[in-house]
Amino acid sequence: MSQTNKAIQQKSTNSNAKGVKVLLISLGVIFIFIMLVIPMIAVITYAFQDGLKAYQEAIFDPYTIKALQLTLLATVTAVAINTVFGLFAAWTITKFKFRGKQLLTTLIDIPFAISPVIAGLVLVLTFGKIGWAYDFLNAYDIKIVFAVPGIILATVFVTFPFISRELIPVLSAQGTDEEEAAALMGAGGFNIFRKVTLPHIKWALLYGIVLCTARAMGEFGAVSVISGHLRGKTNTLPLHVEILYNDFQLTSAFAVASILVILAVIILILRNLIEYKAKKAGEK
Amino acid sequence: MYVELKNIDKSFGSFQASNDVNFGIEQGKLIGLLGPSGSGKTTILRMIAGLETPDSGDIYINGVRVNDIPAGKRGIGFVFQNYALFRYMSVFDNIAYGLEVQKKSKEEIKDRVSELIKLIGLEGMEKRKPNQLSGGQRQRVAFARALAPNPQLLLLDEPFAAIDAKVRQELRSWLKDMIYKIGVTSIFVTHDQDEAIEVADEIIITNHGRVEQKGSPLEIYKHPETPFVAQFIGQSTILEDCTRLNGFAEVKPGEKAVIRPEFINITRKDEVQKYISAVEEGTIEAIAYRGSYFEIKVRVKGILLTTTAVLEDVYEIGEKVGVLIYRLYIFDEDNAYLLENKAMVDINSVFI
Ligand SMILES: Nc1ncnc2c1ncn2[C@@H]1O[C@H](COP(=O)(O)OP(=O)(O)OP(=O)(O)O)[C@@H](O)[C@H]1O
Ligand SMILES: [Mg+2]
Repeated sequence: MSQTNKAIQQKSTNSNAKGVKVLLISLGVIFIFIMLVIPMIAVITYAFQDGLKAYQEAIFDPYTIKALQLTLLATVTAVAINTVFGLFAAWTITKFKFRGKQLLTTLIDIPFAISPVIAGLVLVLTFGKIGWAYDFLNAYDIKIVFAVPGIILATVFVTFPFISRELIPVLSAQGTDEEEAAALMGAGGFNIFRKVTLPHIKWALLYGIVLCTARAMGEFGAVSVISGHLRGKTNTLPLHVEILYNDFQLTSAFAVASILVILAVIILILRNLIEYKAKKAGEK
Repeated sequence: MYVELKNIDKSFGSFQASNDVNFGIEQGKLIGLLGPSGSGKTTILRMIAGLETPDSGDIYINGVRVNDIPAGKRGIGFVFQNYALFRYMSVFDNIAYGLEVQKKSKEEIKDRVSELIKLIGLEGMEKRKPNQLSGGQRQRVAFARALAPNPQLLLLDEPFAAIDAKVRQELRSWLKDMIYKIGVTSIFVTHDQDEAIEVADEIIITNHGRVEQKGSPLEIYKHPETPFVAQFIGQSTILEDCTRLNGFAEVKPGEKAVIRPEFINITRKDEVQKYISAVEEGTIEAIAYRGSYFEIKVRVKGILLTTTAVLEDVYEIGEKVGVLIYRLYIFDEDNAYLLENKAMVDINSVFI
């Protein structure tokens, strides 16, 4: 008798736990649906509301293509620069002991902490007409503010913690023993990096690159301040979307936005693929 | 001398990890670096290898001062305390790495690695990753990896520390045989004195960054030169005041004594005593079974002594026994010497 009671009780606690589980899952799904899925669907439907032709026109508009090119250029350059920088920074921070290490680690995080708009303003203040570097830059005929280099600089600035942040935990967990062992056998720094360190950080590095790419493509605030919105010259995709939107060209705006959405989806798939592969490599 | 350290000092911040370290090692010898935790053993090893730079002093290997030669060019094999195998490389690639760095030909590498894998008895496991090996197998791979480029000197930092007792015993003799077979001069660090005594040709004892004594295991055991060594080696107990004991009246005040189980013999009350005047009366206070012998605590004139008895001799707690102390290590601040029981010696001479 008491046993059946117990069994019933257990069943009820079990079904309680199950209820909580279902509740939490549905909450999560609903939240994601409202916040992410519906807006994304909205973007796509809006983009196509005037038919395929209007969509095509918006996409193949020369300004859109220019903006796409600039976005890709800024992204690729920023990711390349940050990969190199992130590797160096993470390596330095984890493999050497030196004064001010804590400070350097904190400095790397600054772009996470300050608003991108402020980052853009800082760049304008430094390199713009009122900036202290202006005379020097002018003398050599280098244009940064309201020009492509400024866009790239802003993107680099905003995204630079992503890669080093991914690498630092992995590198510091590894310690320096394996590198020392390799160095003792006479291996040079590059060989050690390629053969010993890189296999270890490969997945974290790829993951960092993906995150960095996603962030770089979507960057708006800092770029908006420094670009000057010169159509066909310093307009990136997100800025172009804004301009179209403000011009009440809604269909075009959403069509261009859909490019960004598609790129984001591609990146997300890449991200999951990397995570899956890394997990498998870790299990081996 | 093949390896020589002269007046080596090394500090980490304000902490002195090596304090005027001097020693020399002959070619082909297997040396044990023995000392308590934190006594600077690893630091010495890392300085010889070139992973750490001494603040002052000179290191010579084969007659060449190596202070300014980078680690990779010293021709040293190093087995790390935790092995530090390359975890993303197979056993084969781990062992081959040093040879690849030397730009040896493919065939040469293959031959050498196969030879080493055979030597360490891991045939058929070439493709495994380090985390698919047991602790003992990893240790062997680390050993083979260090040996692959034919080092002139092999350094091993606590090579058995991470291995359980039984396998450790096997690996010890295995390693000793291997090193003799190859004939490479080797220094290994340990804080286990049994290990040092069993494996090493010569032992260097470190304490607080200094070298306390260097000598064969027997020398160190029989003639400890410093109070630290006298206390550190063997299963030593310190006696603050030993003048009470029969035959040790001449010990000066301020001198202390070290006693080890093997310095003491206990006999039954009714047994015939050979050295009557030297034998003390003691009471057994504790008996512990230690596998192949008994450890016995016996109190003599208020002093608690530890000794051993074979399994055939069964004593009881509270039993009164005869206790004979053969000898003691007497030491003060600076010196240590061996003192035989005077009462025992005297009787002997009368009989002869
Ligand atoms: N890189 C370092 N920075 C600061 N102090 C250090 C460093 N390396 C070693 N020490 C200190 O130097 C002392 C000697 O260290 P070492 O590693 O040589 O000891 P050990 O004899 O090998 O000890 P163990 O048996 O525990 O491995 C220790 O007190 C340690 O704290
Ligand atoms: Mg150590």
